[in-house]
Amino acid sequence: MNQETPIYMNCAEAPGALKKPRRHGQARALKCAVLLSLVLMIAFFSFGRASAQKKDSCVECHSQMEAELLKPVELMKNDTHNSRGLSCVDCHRGDASQDDPMAAMDPKKGFIGKPDPENIPAFCGSCHSNADQMKKFAPALRVDQEREYGTSVHGKRLQAGDRKVATCISCHGNHGIRAVNDSLSPVYSLNVAETCSRCHASADYMKGYAIASDQYDKYKSSVHAKALYERQDLSAPTCNDCHGNHGAAPPGVASVANVCGQCHARQSTLFASSPHKTAFDAMQIGECLECHSNHDILPPSDEMLGTAEKSVCTSCHTEKEDNGFVTAGEMRARIGELITAINATNDILNQAERSGMEVSRPKFELNEARDALTHARVLIHSFSLDEVDRVIKPGLEIARKGHRAGEDSLSEWSYRRKGLAASLFFILFLAALVYLKLRQIESSQRKGGE
Amino acid sequence: MRAGSIRLWIDERLSITTAAEMARKKEVPLHRHTIWYYLGGMTLFLFSVQVVTGILLLLYYRPSAENAFESVQFIMTEVKFGWLIRSVHSWSANLLIATLFMHMFSVFFLRAYRKPRELTWFTGMLLLFIALGFGFSGYLLPWNKLSFFATKVGTDIAGVIPVVGDSLLRFLRGGNDVTGATLTRFFGFHVAVLPAITTVLIAIHLLLVQLHGMSVPPQYEGKNLRRMKFFPNFFLRDLIGWILAIGVLAALAALFPWELGEKADPFAPAPAGIRPEWYFLFMFQTLKYIPARIFVFEGEVIGILVFMIGGLLWLLVPFLDRSDDQQKRRPIFTLVGVLIVLYIVTMTIIGYLA
Repeated sequence: MNQETPIYMNCAEAPGALKKPRRHGQARALKCAVLLSLVLMIAFFSFGRASAQKKDSCVECHSQMEAELLKPVELMKNDTHNSRGLSCVDCHRGDASQDDPMAAMDPKKGFIGKPDPENIPAFCGSCHSNADQMKKFAPALRVDQEREYGTSVHGKRLQAGDRKVATCISCHGNHGIRAVNDSLSPVYSLNVAETCSRCHASADYMKGYAIASDQYDKYKSSVHAKALYERQDLSAPTCNDCHGNHGAAPPGVASVANVCGQCHARQSTLFASSPHKTAFDAMQIGECLECHSNHDILPPSDEMLGTAEKSVCTSCHTEKEDNGFVTAGEMRARIGELITAINATNDILNQAERSGMEVSRPKFELNEARDALTHARVLIHSFSLDEVDRVIKPGLEIARKGHRAGEDSLSEWSYRRKGLAASLFFILFLAALVYLKLRQIESSQRKGGE
Repeated sequence: MRAGSIRLWIDERLSITTAAEMARKKEVPLHRHTIWYYLGGMTLFLFSVQVVTGILLLLYYRPSAENAFESVQFIMTEVKFGWLIRSVHSWSANLLIATLFMHMFSVFFLRAYRKPRELTWFTGMLLLFIALGFGFSGYLLPWNKLSFFATKVGTDIAGVIPVVGDSLLRFLRGGNDVTGATLTRFFGFHVAVLPAITTVLIAIHLLLVQLHGMSVPPQYEGKNLRRMKFFPNFFLRDLIGWILAIGVLAALAALFPWELGEKADPFAPAPAGIRPEWYFLFMFQTLKYIPARIFVFEGEVIGILVFMIGGLLWLLVPFLDRSDDQQKRRPIFTLVGVLIVLYIVTMTIIGYLA
């Protein structure tokens, strides 16, 4: 619809509308002509409509508007719903075939303008909770988001009348909703933490909720954030991987190990079968986070183990006679022993390699010792010295074998140098002999010539 | 008495006395460029080193994509003096190419290719091309990462040659890509085809040298030059050079053992800084500088054609340098030669620094 074209409620109001004919014959001819014109026009427009896009008066009108009323149309250009052929009326209802705004946005035709926050989950859920409807567009997409949302802290508070909490549009946006795997989507893995932080990192906004607002800052310093942002490892966890997304809630003390165990399965299993499990449960301690923290999980270091200053073991095992204290010290010593052996072997093999010796095989085999070290670092979650020893000992043996190979290479290098010196002496001696023989021959030839 | 009768028996069948008489009569002219005569013998000696060390390597080398790298690794670490044999083989190959180039340019600048030695030059040039073929095929045999990708690039370049390029590429690779089939094929070229051709060419080359004797540079032609007996005077000097060459090879092998690198992985990305062996570097570097398109032609094709035409003209130098006055200096040829040497040296240095 053109902006300059006024809207007329009926044909009689329009300029050039039909006037009453003066004469019967003329009137009849005119009627026929009008009728024919109408038939032709209907046929023309029917054909035009069949071949052109479906009429969308919402977009047509809002495209002519400004600021907030124009924004939905602008945002829709990148909207995943729009790209699948859905438009305003598919969510807001009404009648987009009407040019008259009142008729198009008639509440009798189900028109919903801007839904209230408490109605948004149902508003989106009208399609997203409807398996039959979703099958038409994204058959693999789950249809329980609305139900899950009801179990979240956000959902529960919304039901209790808190209109500040996040609803669907808080995270996904409204008219410019992008697919989750679209890197520009606010819920794309790399953007999730920032999206959550819009509310959760705001001390003002979170006032009254009795939870901290420093999670985002802490998360940014964590090993997970480093993996996600620096290595662009999209499998690294962000907020929703631990808290859930639609059913977002802080994991309970009993669930922490399960949440971490989604990725750290081996550590989780070892911990669950260790004596610490019972003790932690009895003390109502959140398993993993007691040693590793939660949002600011730093890269684990060997210093966390043992009895030294930075050890986390000594936060509970304070007594030197305590069995846990002793085991922690022993495990740390074993790990240290393997690290020292690997480093020493690596150094000697590098030295041999720099000397030009072929040591690629022992260097490759040293990786097995490194694997053993990684395995041992995982096995400490069993808190059993025997378990740790089970992998440390073979690792040490491999490292020592590599070291011997390095020593052999260096002694071979030394032997080659000595051998070279002896060979060169012999070679030069031989060359000198031939030279002397030549001089002797040429001398006798000169004498013979004389 | 017994030794005398054996000698007689052999002489009756092989005419050793006649050969020895010929050798006794063979003389080498003495002038300020006599030193260049030693390069041919040095090249031949290094080729002999290649044959001996190559046969020793064959005892352990296994020519397949699965085993080649491991077998060379085994030679370098487990076989007694295997490291020495392999390193001497690799260093000697490089020194051989170097002495070949020097020999070729000395012959060129001294105009030793003149009538009647055209065929000596021709066979010598063919031997140089074959030596480059030895280098190219041998480079792949350890099946390490660098040689794998260098062969890929090298055969790609061969594939650009108009008309025959595509077929040549498939022939060299034994398929569309560098695979185990390429390795087996290169091994075949390296230890059977090329040595057979080389043996024939060396025989002809040496026979022609014996037939025509040592060439005297044009400026000494007709002058009464002093002469040195080939046996034993020149030969013993040659021998001193060969003994010292053994010392150089031993020192290089002991101080700078030839690296093995990492095993080739066809699925790994090409490592940075792939470049061919130094003797191909001037051509490789030139191709890098040529623009992608020259008028309507592909730049690389033009570059390869220029090198091919240049090689052909170089091969035909004795027929191009057909001055009536055989003794006359030919400054244009000397200038072209100097420019070519400067070009090769400059591009090789740039290639290494790039």
